[in-house]
Amino acid sequence: MDDLLTIAGRPIASRLIMGTGGVSNLTVLADALRASGTALTTVAMRRFDPAAGGGVLDLLRELKIDLLPNTAGCRTAAEAVLTAQLAREALGTDWVKLEVVADDHTLLPDPVELLDAAERLVDDGFTVLAYTNDDPVLARRLEGLGCVAVMPLGAPIGSGLGIRNPHNIELIVEEAGVPVILDAGIGTASDAALAMELGCDAVMLATAVTRADDPVRMATAMRLAVEAGHHARLAGRVPRRWYAHASSPAR
Amino acid sequence: MITAHVNGEEWELPASTTVADVITRLTDAPRGIAVALDGAVVPKALWAATPVTAGAQLEVLTAVQGG
Repeated sequence: MDDLLTIAGRPIASRLIMGTGGVSNLTVLADALRASGTALTTVAMRRFDPAAGGGVLDLLRELKIDLLPNTAGCRTAAEAVLTAQLAREALGTDWVKLEVVADDHTLLPDPVELLDAAERLVDDGFTVLAYTNDDPVLARRLEGLGCVAVMPLGAPIGSGLGIRNPHNIELIVEEAGVPVILDAGIGTASDAALAMELGCDAVMLATAVTRADDPVRMATAMRLAVEAGHHARLAGRVPRRWYAHASSPAR
Repeated sequence: MITAHVNGEEWELPASTTVADVITRLTDAPRGIAVALDGAVVPKALWAATPVTAGAQLEVLTAVQGG
Protein backbone atom coordinates (compact mmCIF):
# COMPACT_ATOMS: atom_id res chain seq x y z
CA MET A 1 0.00 0.00 0.00
CA ASP A 2 1.35 3.40 -0.92
CA ASP A 3 -0.72 5.42 1.53
CA LEU A 4 -1.27 4.93 5.24
CA LEU A 5 -4.41 5.29 7.27
CA THR A 6 -3.89 8.18 9.68
CA ILE A 7 -6.21 8.84 12.61
CA ALA A 8 -5.66 11.93 14.76
CA GLY A 9 -2.17 12.21 13.30
CA ARG A 10 -1.27 8.65 14.19
CA PRO A 11 -0.39 6.31 11.31
CA ILE A 12 -2.14 2.94 11.51
CA ALA A 13 -0.41 0.22 9.51
CA SER A 14 -3.57 -1.56 8.34
CA ARG A 15 -6.92 -0.41 6.96
CA LEU A 16 -8.51 -3.53 8.40
CA ILE A 17 -9.26 -3.23 12.10
CA MET A 18 -10.19 -6.60 13.50
CA GLY A 19 -11.82 -6.82 16.92
CA THR A 20 -11.16 -9.59 19.42
CA GLY A 21 -14.70 -10.65 20.34
CA GLY A 22 -16.47 -13.86 19.42
CA VAL A 23 -13.77 -16.53 19.59
CA SER A 24 -13.08 -18.55 22.72
CA ASN A 25 -9.78 -20.08 21.64
CA LEU A 26 -6.91 -17.60 22.07
CA THR A 27 -4.64 -19.54 19.70
CA VAL A 28 -7.21 -19.23 16.91
CA LEU A 29 -7.65 -15.54 17.74
CA ALA A 30 -3.89 -14.98 17.55
CA ASP A 31 -3.64 -16.72 14.17
CA ALA A 32 -6.63 -14.81 12.81
CA LEU A 33 -5.26 -11.45 14.03
CA ARG A 34 -1.93 -12.23 12.39
CA ALA A 35 -3.60 -13.24 9.13
CA SER A 36 -5.74 -10.07 9.15
CA GLY A 37 -2.69 -7.84 9.39
CA THR A 38 -4.56 -5.65 11.86
CA ALA A 39 -2.47 -3.08 13.75
CA LEU A 40 -5.18 -1.82 16.09
CA THR A 41 -7.81 -3.90 17.84
CA THR A 42 -10.69 -3.41 20.22
CA VAL A 43 -11.14 -4.75 23.73
CA ALA A 44 -14.10 -4.37 26.08
CA MET A 45 -14.05 -3.40 29.77
CA ARG A 46 -15.65 -5.88 32.18
CA ARG A 47 -15.58 -6.76 35.87
CA PHE A 48 -12.24 -8.25 36.88
CA ASP A 49 -12.44 -12.00 37.41
CA PRO A 50 -9.52 -13.37 39.47
CA ALA A 51 -10.04 -16.81 37.90
CA ALA A 52 -9.82 -15.55 34.31
CA GLY A 53 -6.20 -14.41 33.98
CA GLY A 54 -4.93 -11.68 31.65
CA GLY A 55 -5.13 -13.68 28.39
CA VAL A 56 -6.09 -11.16 25.75
CA LEU A 57 -3.88 -8.29 26.97
CA ASP A 58 -0.82 -10.55 27.11
CA LEU A 59 -1.63 -11.85 23.64
CA LEU A 60 -1.97 -8.38 22.10
CA ARG A 61 1.26 -7.24 23.70
CA GLU A 62 3.01 -10.27 22.22
CA LEU A 63 1.50 -9.59 18.77
CA LYS A 64 2.40 -5.87 19.06
CA ILE A 65 -1.17 -4.84 18.21
CA ASP A 66 -2.31 -1.54 19.70
CA LEU A 67 -5.37 -1.40 21.94
CA LEU A 68 -8.56 0.47 21.26
CA PRO A 69 -10.83 0.05 24.28
CA ASN A 70 -14.54 0.27 23.55
CA THR A 71 -17.57 1.12 25.64
CA ALA A 72 -19.58 -1.89 24.48
CA GLY A 73 -22.58 -2.62 26.65
CA CYS A 74 -23.15 1.00 27.69
CA ARG A 75 -26.70 2.36 27.30
CA THR A 76 -26.25 5.90 28.58
CA ALA A 77 -23.73 8.69 28.17
CA ALA A 78 -22.89 8.49 31.87
CA GLU A 79 -22.06 4.78 31.65
CA ALA A 80 -19.98 5.29 28.53
CA VAL A 81 -18.00 8.16 30.05
CA LEU A 82 -17.19 6.17 33.20
CA THR A 83 -16.23 3.12 31.15
CA ALA A 84 -13.93 5.21 28.96
CA GLN A 85 -12.32 6.76 32.04
CA LEU A 86 -11.76 3.31 33.53
CA ALA A 87 -10.25 2.09 30.26
CA ARG A 88 -7.89 5.06 30.18
CA GLU A 89 -6.81 4.32 33.74
CA ALA A 90 -6.44 0.56 33.16
CA LEU A 91 -4.78 0.61 29.75
CA GLY A 92 -2.98 3.94 29.61
CA THR A 93 -4.60 5.16 26.39
CA ASP A 94 -6.96 8.08 25.85
CA TRP A 95 -8.24 6.52 22.63
CA VAL A 96 -11.72 5.10 22.88
CA LYS A 97 -14.19 3.53 20.51
CA LEU A 98 -17.39 5.07 21.79
CA GLU A 99 -20.44 2.80 21.64
CA VAL A 100 -23.74 3.73 23.25
CA VAL A 101 -26.44 1.34 22.16
CA ALA A 102 -30.19 1.59 22.56
CA ASP A 103 -31.32 -2.00 23.09
CA ASP A 104 -30.16 -5.61 23.09
CA HIS A 105 -31.85 -6.91 19.97
CA THR A 106 -30.64 -4.30 17.47
CA LEU A 107 -27.59 -2.93 19.32
CA LEU A 108 -28.18 0.22 17.27
CA PRO A 109 -26.48 3.38 18.53
CA ASP A 110 -28.67 5.73 20.58
CA PRO A 111 -27.94 9.05 18.83
CA VAL A 112 -28.95 11.28 21.74
CA GLU A 113 -26.79 9.49 24.31
CA LEU A 114 -24.01 9.10 21.75
CA LEU A 115 -23.72 12.84 21.08
CA ASP A 116 -23.85 13.62 24.79
CA ALA A 117 -21.10 11.08 25.54
CA ALA A 118 -18.95 12.24 22.63
CA GLU A 119 -19.08 15.83 23.81
CA ARG A 120 -18.18 14.92 27.40
CA LEU A 121 -15.32 12.63 26.37
CA VAL A 122 -13.81 15.14 23.95
CA ASP A 123 -14.00 17.77 26.72
CA ASP A 124 -12.23 15.32 29.04
CA GLY A 125 -9.32 14.95 26.61
CA PHE A 126 -10.25 11.66 24.98
CA THR A 127 -9.48 10.74 21.38
CA VAL A 128 -12.92 9.55 20.34
CA LEU A 129 -13.75 7.20 17.49
CA ALA A 130 -17.53 7.07 17.40
CA TYR A 131 -19.58 4.04 16.43
CA THR A 132 -22.61 5.55 14.76
CA ASN A 133 -25.66 4.90 12.62
CA ASP A 134 -25.40 5.19 8.84
CA ASP A 135 -26.78 8.70 9.20
CA PRO A 136 -24.84 11.47 7.43
CA VAL A 137 -26.27 14.16 9.70
CA LEU A 138 -25.28 12.33 12.89
CA ALA A 139 -21.79 11.69 11.46
CA ARG A 140 -21.46 15.42 10.74
CA ARG A 141 -22.51 16.28 14.29
CA LEU A 142 -20.00 13.82 15.77
CA GLU A 143 -17.20 15.27 13.68
CA GLY A 144 -18.30 18.76 14.74
CA LEU A 145 -17.96 17.76 18.38
CA GLY A 146 -14.36 16.74 17.81
CA CYS A 147 -14.49 12.98 17.15
CA VAL A 148 -11.34 11.91 15.27
CA ALA A 149 -13.12 9.23 13.24
CA VAL A 150 -16.69 8.21 12.54
CA MET A 151 -17.60 4.54 12.40
CA PRO A 152 -20.93 4.12 10.64
CA LEU A 153 -22.51 0.70 10.72
CA GLY A 154 -23.18 -1.29 7.57
CA ALA A 155 -25.84 -3.29 9.42
CA PRO A 156 -26.45 -4.24 13.07
CA ILE A 157 -23.51 -5.69 15.01
CA GLY A 158 -23.01 -9.39 14.37
CA SER A 159 -25.80 -9.53 11.76
CA GLY A 160 -23.56 -10.18 8.76
CA LEU A 161 -26.12 -8.35 6.60
CA GLY A 162 -23.50 -6.30 4.76
CA ILE A 163 -23.96 -2.64 3.85
CA ARG A 164 -27.69 -1.95 3.91
CA ASN A 165 -27.48 1.65 2.76
CA PRO A 166 -24.46 2.20 0.50
CA HIS A 167 -25.80 5.58 -0.57
CA ASN A 168 -25.72 6.90 3.00
CA ILE A 169 -22.19 5.58 3.47
CA GLU A 170 -21.16 7.48 0.33
CA LEU A 171 -22.81 10.63 1.66
CA ILE A 172 -20.90 10.27 4.92
CA VAL A 173 -17.63 9.75 3.06
CA GLU A 174 -18.29 12.71 0.78
CA GLU A 175 -18.74 15.11 3.69
CA ALA A 176 -16.36 13.76 6.30
CA GLY A 177 -13.14 15.55 7.15
CA VAL A 178 -12.11 12.70 9.45
CA PRO A 179 -11.54 9.04 8.58
CA VAL A 180 -14.67 6.98 7.98
CA ILE A 181 -14.43 3.41 9.26
CA LEU A 182 -17.21 1.06 8.18
CA ASP A 183 -18.04 -0.80 11.35
CA ALA A 184 -20.45 -3.67 11.94
CA GLY A 185 -22.53 -5.75 9.60
CA ILE A 186 -19.73 -7.12 7.43
CA GLY A 187 -20.58 -10.72 6.53
CA THR A 188 -18.03 -11.68 3.94
CA ALA A 189 -15.12 -10.34 1.89
CA SER A 190 -17.21 -8.63 -0.79
CA ASP A 191 -18.88 -6.48 1.90
CA ALA A 192 -15.46 -5.27 3.06
CA ALA A 193 -14.37 -4.57 -0.51
CA LEU A 194 -17.58 -2.62 -1.14
CA ALA A 195 -16.99 -0.48 1.94
CA MET A 196 -13.60 0.54 0.61
CA GLU A 197 -14.94 1.06 -2.93
CA LEU A 198 -17.52 3.44 -1.46
CA GLY A 199 -14.59 5.46 -0.13
CA CYS A 200 -14.31 4.37 3.47
CA ASP A 201 -10.85 4.76 4.94
CA ALA A 202 -10.94 1.49 6.85
CA VAL A 203 -13.14 -1.43 7.85
CA MET A 204 -13.73 -2.73 11.35
CA LEU A 205 -15.12 -6.22 11.88
CA ALA A 206 -14.97 -9.12 14.29
CA THR A 207 -17.85 -11.59 13.97
CA ALA A 208 -17.36 -12.19 10.24
CA VAL A 209 -13.92 -13.58 11.04
CA THR A 210 -14.17 -14.97 14.53
CA ARG A 211 -17.40 -16.90 13.89
CA ALA A 212 -16.48 -18.11 10.39
CA ASP A 213 -15.90 -21.83 9.98
CA ASP A 214 -12.23 -21.07 9.31
CA PRO A 215 -11.40 -17.77 11.04
CA VAL A 216 -7.80 -17.64 9.83
CA ARG A 217 -8.76 -18.06 6.19
CA MET A 218 -11.56 -15.49 6.53
CA ALA A 219 -9.11 -13.04 8.13
CA THR A 220 -6.89 -13.47 5.09
CA ALA A 221 -9.88 -12.91 2.79
CA MET A 222 -10.80 -9.71 4.65
CA ARG A 223 -7.26 -8.34 4.49
CA LEU A 224 -7.16 -8.91 0.73
CA ALA A 225 -10.68 -7.52 0.25
CA VAL A 226 -9.86 -4.30 2.08
CA GLU A 227 -6.70 -3.87 0.02
CA ALA A 228 -8.52 -4.67 -3.22
CA GLY A 229 -11.38 -2.31 -2.47
CA HIS A 230 -8.99 0.49 -1.54
CA HIS A 231 -7.02 0.06 -4.76
CA ALA A 232 -10.24 -0.02 -6.78
CA ARG A 233 -11.42 3.20 -5.16
CA LEU A 234 -8.15 4.96 -5.92
CA ALA A 235 -8.03 3.52 -9.45
CA GLY A 236 -11.46 4.96 -10.28
CA ARG A 237 -14.14 2.66 -11.65
CA VAL A 238 -15.48 2.91 -15.18
CA PRO A 239 -18.89 4.50 -15.58
CA ARG A 240 -21.91 2.18 -15.71
CA ARG A 241 -23.36 2.08 -19.27
CA TRP A 242 -26.76 0.95 -20.41
CA TYR A 243 -25.42 -0.64 -23.63
CA ALA A 244 -22.33 -2.62 -24.51
CA HIS A 245 -19.07 -0.88 -25.26
CA ALA A 246 -16.77 -3.17 -27.23
CA SER A 247 -13.35 -3.71 -25.76
CA SER A 248 -11.99 -5.44 -28.90
CA PRO A 249 -11.38 -3.48 -32.09
CA ALA A 250 -14.18 -3.77 -34.69
CA ARG A 251 -11.80 -4.92 -37.42
CA MET B 1 -16.27 -4.50 60.38
CA ILE B 2 -18.09 -2.80 57.53
CA THR B 3 -19.98 -4.09 54.51
CA ALA B 4 -19.11 -2.87 51.01
CA HIS B 5 -19.94 -4.10 47.52
CA VAL B 6 -17.12 -5.25 45.26
CA ASN B 7 -18.22 -6.02 41.68
CA GLY B 8 -21.74 -6.56 42.95
CA GLU B 9 -20.80 -8.93 45.80
CA GLU B 10 -21.11 -8.10 49.48
CA TRP B 11 -17.76 -8.06 51.24
CA GLU B 12 -17.18 -7.86 55.02
CA LEU B 13 -14.12 -5.66 55.53
CA PRO B 14 -12.20 -4.18 58.47
CA ALA B 15 -13.20 -0.56 59.12
CA SER B 16 -9.77 0.77 58.08
CA THR B 17 -9.80 -0.86 54.61
CA THR B 18 -8.47 1.07 51.60
CA VAL B 19 -9.02 0.53 47.89
CA ALA B 20 -5.49 -0.91 47.71
CA ASP B 21 -6.41 -3.54 50.34
CA VAL B 22 -9.40 -4.65 48.26
CA ILE B 23 -7.26 -4.98 45.14
CA THR B 24 -4.66 -7.00 47.06
CA ARG B 25 -7.41 -9.44 48.09
CA LEU B 26 -8.51 -9.80 44.46
CA THR B 27 -5.16 -10.25 42.77
CA ASP B 28 -1.40 -10.10 43.31
CA ALA B 29 -0.88 -8.86 39.74
CA PRO B 30 -2.94 -5.67 39.42
CA ARG B 31 -2.01 -4.92 35.82
CA GLY B 32 -4.56 -3.56 33.36
CA ILE B 33 -7.06 -2.92 36.15
CA ALA B 34 -9.05 0.20 37.01
CA VAL B 35 -11.29 0.98 39.96
CA ALA B 36 -14.41 3.06 40.34
CA LEU B 37 -15.61 3.93 43.83
CA ASP B 38 -19.24 5.04 43.96
CA GLY B 39 -19.19 5.89 40.27
CA ALA B 40 -15.90 7.81 40.10
CA VAL B 41 -12.51 6.56 38.95
CA VAL B 42 -9.85 6.19 41.66
CA PRO B 43 -6.43 6.57 40.00
CA LYS B 44 -3.95 3.86 40.96
CA ALA B 45 -1.72 6.39 42.72
CA LEU B 46 -4.57 7.08 45.16
CA TRP B 47 -5.61 3.48 45.92
CA ALA B 48 -3.60 3.27 49.15
CA ALA B 49 -4.91 6.62 50.39
CA THR B 50 -8.58 6.05 49.56
CA PRO B 51 -10.69 4.51 52.35
CA VAL B 52 -13.54 2.13 51.63
CA THR B 53 -16.45 3.20 53.78
CA ALA B 54 -19.59 1.29 54.81
CA GLY B 55 -21.96 0.81 51.89
CA ALA B 56 -19.33 1.73 49.28
CA GLN B 57 -19.77 0.37 45.76
CA LEU B 58 -16.50 -0.69 44.18
CA GLU B 59 -16.23 -1.70 40.55
CA VAL B 60 -12.95 -3.30 39.51
CA LEU B 61 -12.62 -3.61 35.74
CA THR B 62 -10.18 -5.00 33.26
CA ALA B 63 -9.97 -5.47 29.50
CA VAL B 64 -11.50 -8.58 27.94
CA GLN B 65 -12.07 -9.71 24.36
CA GLY B 66 -14.71 -7.65 22.62
CA GLY B 67 -15.78 -5.55 19.69
